Amino acid sequence: MDALNFVFPNDLHVHWSMMIVLYPYLTGLVDGSFIVAALYYVFGVKSLKPISRFALVFALAFLSCAMFPLLMHLGRPERNFNMMLTPSPTSAMSGAGFIFTVAIVLIGLIVLLVYRPTLVKLRLKTKGIMKILYRVLTMDSTNLSPESLELDRKIIKFLVAIGIPVATVLHGYVGFLFGGVKANPSWSTPLMPVIFLFSACVSGISALVLAYIVIKKITKQPVDVGCVRTCINVLAGFFILAFSFEMLEVFSHSYLRTWYHHAVEGLLNGPLFYSFWVWQVVICSVLPLLLLGWLCLFKLKDSVFKFFAAAVSFILLLQVLLMRWNVVIGGQLMSKSTRGYTEFHPEWFDKEGILAIIVLMTLPFIVLYIMSKIFPLWLEGEEASS
Amino acid sequence: MGKPDAKLDKERRAFIKKVLNGTIAGSLLLVIPMPIGAGTPEVPEQIPGIRGKKWDMFHQRFAFIVDITRCIGCGSCCVADRREFNVPEGYYRTWVERYLKDFNDQVYVDSPHGGFDGYQSPRTDIDVEVRDTFFVPKLCNMCKEPPCVQVCPVGATFKTPDGFVLVDRERCVGCAYCIQACPYSSRYLDPVTRTAEKCTWCYHRVRKGLLPACVNVCPTGARKFGDLNDKNSEVYKLLHEHEVLTVLKKDMGTYPALYYKGLRREVV
Repeated sequence: MDALNFVFPNDLHVHWSMMIVLYPYLTGLVDGSFIVAALYYVFGVKSLKPISRFALVFALAFLSCAMFPLLMHLGRPERNFNMMLTPSPTSAMSGAGFIFTVAIVLIGLIVLLVYRPTLVKLRLKTKGIMKILYRVLTMDSTNLSPESLELDRKIIKFLVAIGIPVATVLHGYVGFLFGGVKANPSWSTPLMPVIFLFSACVSGISALVLAYIVIKKITKQPVDVGCVRTCINVLAGFFILAFSFEMLEVFSHSYLRTWYHHAVEGLLNGPLFYSFWVWQVVICSVLPLLLLGWLCLFKLKDSVFKFFAAAVSFILLLQVLLMRWNVVIGGQLMSKSTRGYTEFHPEWFDKEGILAIIVLMTLPFIVLYIMSKIFPLWLEGEEASS
Repeated sequence: MGKPDAKLDKERRAFIKKVLNGTIAGSLLLVIPMPIGAGTPEVPEQIPGIRGKKWDMFHQRFAFIVDITRCIGCGSCCVADRREFNVPEGYYRTWVERYLKDFNDQVYVDSPHGGFDGYQSPRTDIDVEVRDTFFVPKLCNMCKEPPCVQVCPVGATFKTPDGFVLVDRERCVGCAYCIQACPYSSRYLDPVTRTAEKCTWCYHRVRKGLLPACVNVCPTGARKFGDLNDKNSEVYKLLHEHEVLTVLKKDMGTYPALYYKGLRREVV
């Protein structure tokens, strides 16, 4: 078999490394959590209220770190602004900076408006630097009259409504980056943006559910099971879509049996057999699909429901990570000679190594922690009940 | 005793004079501007009609033809290329593949060190009766619709009006998107400059009327390069005669300007 393996000499290197796995993963988490916020603020799903604010802050924290993996990946990171200063209109990638900027400004504005009443109250309560900070964040306005709050509500609804297409573009675009590479048969499919988008929603909602349950458990606060149940229902819907499209992609090509299929077949059944079929499909997709069915269709005790909701969220987070890995790294294992596969060995201390990944993955949580000190994540007292 | 001294003085004076003259003349040589290249014999023009006139970027049309039936897999082209561009180890602007075919139509391909060392001995890792064998040199296809240019987010990779696809390493951000987009794997990320690099068909040489380095050294004429505006050029004749010329990965819709003569269906 080895004698038949031929990789083009330049294809021995995997140029898009783990940072490019992390980048769509982070933006995916942003997208998914934003969808939860949109369900509450735009579509009026009242049961999601307890995590509506958390979803927004979570999205902002992760979005603020989403560009770091890209910077780490660039050969010349000091030239990154060229992407916005001298963008090439024919390139999908040149949109990255603009889409990212629009998204972060929009989500930032939504957070400020959603939190305005709370920030005004905190401004009156706090002293020193925090008071100045709250004054800046409230844009020096303490107006909490019913009229101004009603105006806020309308603006929030409008901004979140704009946010839905922005979030869709933010992640659909990432999928298109891969889907638009005709040279790689495992990437070039119009389904790629759709698959990325739905799996983004899955990962974001899963992350929210898991973080919500874990944070409440650690801080010994009660979990709103009704809210978690709604999340799990939405999660199940998005996951059915995501998984169906992932499988449709493989199935339709294996049925068409074109050259495309023959190229990708060897990859999926060869180097990616364990990471794709065993881990991504069976363990992390079929199993959670059954669990989600059980959670959604049967009446379960709250404690059981909470445990399995957290478990299924964890598995789905892994599923999406594996999917990103199999697309990004897996897709590059196949040489463009279509006659062989290269190998990828992650390094620990490389610029794009495991340690750097751990640091970058921890960063959004640190940002989230700092932000939680400024923007209280949970509604309290009358706010929660009103 | 005075006479010998006077003679000595005279010799000494003459010596000092000579040294002074030499010094002045030497200094003048450094100061007076000299025509560039004077004193060194000019390399004869290899692509006719380029020297002595203004470079017309919008009317030049170049083509590269690789004749598979002539390649002997000596690796000279790879050596010339590596020397011309100081290509780092493990990365290739051009390489030569060796194809073997057994009696069951099984194809075996290899390209150790990109064929740099030449294929001096048969493959030892396979034990089959070889029916046929041939070599395929690879390089940048200089596509008319280059996917690398399309995807470059900063316009660092561009197509010149005369058909060369080049990389501006002062602008390249090193995102490697062009490397993913190239169907021929002609590109790599240079570990020194951390920017994308690729074969340029020796644009710097062509502008001076010289053939690309690999074409220049090919001992069998397997690599051919020339201007399609010149009806006497070998590439013009080959492209306008009844030769069977093909391009790599035609279905990619990239329209390469690199043609292969005698290309076999096994070649990807």
